[in-house]
Amino acid sequence: MILRAFESGVDGVYLAGCLEGECHFLRGNLRAKKRVQYVKGLLDEVGLGAGRLEMYNMSSAQGQRFAEVAREMTEKIRTLGPSLVKKVKGKK
Amino acid sequence: MIVANRKSLEEILTMLKPYKKVLLLGCNECVTVCAAGGEREVGVLASELRLARSKEGQEIEIKEQTLERQCDHEYIDQVRPFVGDYEVILSMACGAGIQYVAEKYRSKPVLPAVNTSFLGVTLEQGVWSERCQGCGTCILDQTGGICPIARCAKSLLNGPCGGSSNGKCEVDKELDCGWQLIIDRLKELGQLDRYEEIIPVKDWTTSRDGGPRKRVREDLRL
Repeated sequence: MILRAFESGVDGVYLAGCLEGECHFLRGNLRAKKRVQYVKGLLDEVGLGAGRLEMYNMSSAQGQRFAEVAREMTEKIRTLGPSLVKKVKGKK
Repeated sequence: MIVANRKSLEEILTMLKPYKKVLLLGCNECVTVCAAGGEREVGVLASELRLARSKEGQEIEIKEQTLERQCDHEYIDQVRPFVGDYEVILSMACGAGIQYVAEKYRSKPVLPAVNTSFLGVTLEQGVWSERCQGCGTCILDQTGGICPIARCAKSLLNGPCGGSSNGKCEVDKELDCGWQLIIDRLKELGQLDRYEEIIPVKDWTTSRDGGPRKRVREDLRL
């Protein structure tokens, strides 16, 4: 799903998961962390750069943290510049 | 099952350089279990290829299809209606499946997306280990269910070599000595007397050493 987002031309993706140890689905955020690490490796392999994908942990009660993370990620992606991938065609 | 691992993206991109229309075939059996070439891996590889090509300003059209198996022609036949629309087939099945697809679609180049390695088992999610060499003459009854051909680095038949130390093999300290495992198991089973039965020189003609093998069951042929 993350790769499809990059195929559609997005410049960056971040995941927000629960604080570690406090996942509603027990270990869902830990599995997500592993998957994000894996996809970061793929993004490096493809040449887009692992920096365009990040995972952050926060509680749904932390509105301020959410806003802070959104600002941080936006700045980061702005520095990295637009993705070199134009919207991918030829998908079947 | 058969354990394989996906080739690097770089290697696959190099193989695909001349092509723009690719039929990417996954397999629902062994390579799914070892996370090398199942439906999910097909999706990931297809995305990676499209992203990589798009970055270079080049196009690629990929049809993603995962077959039940690629070692039975009934399943390979399922792509016949549209195989003609593609220039090349990139298969994520094991070496047997890749070759069978190549045999069935002789006018299409068929490329391997994985490196097929061994017959093995899943120790835990994400970890697979070799267990069988397909030698054609199974002696697991004599060795407590542990194979000296596959699990001894030297495939010795009558006990460990001098390099066995603290239950580990001299070639790799993470590797269990196959014969230590056998002895321990025979002890557990109360069959240590079997250890003293000499296993004679192996007849390797039933293995790949005798040439590529074929098995026929006349009673099953239509």
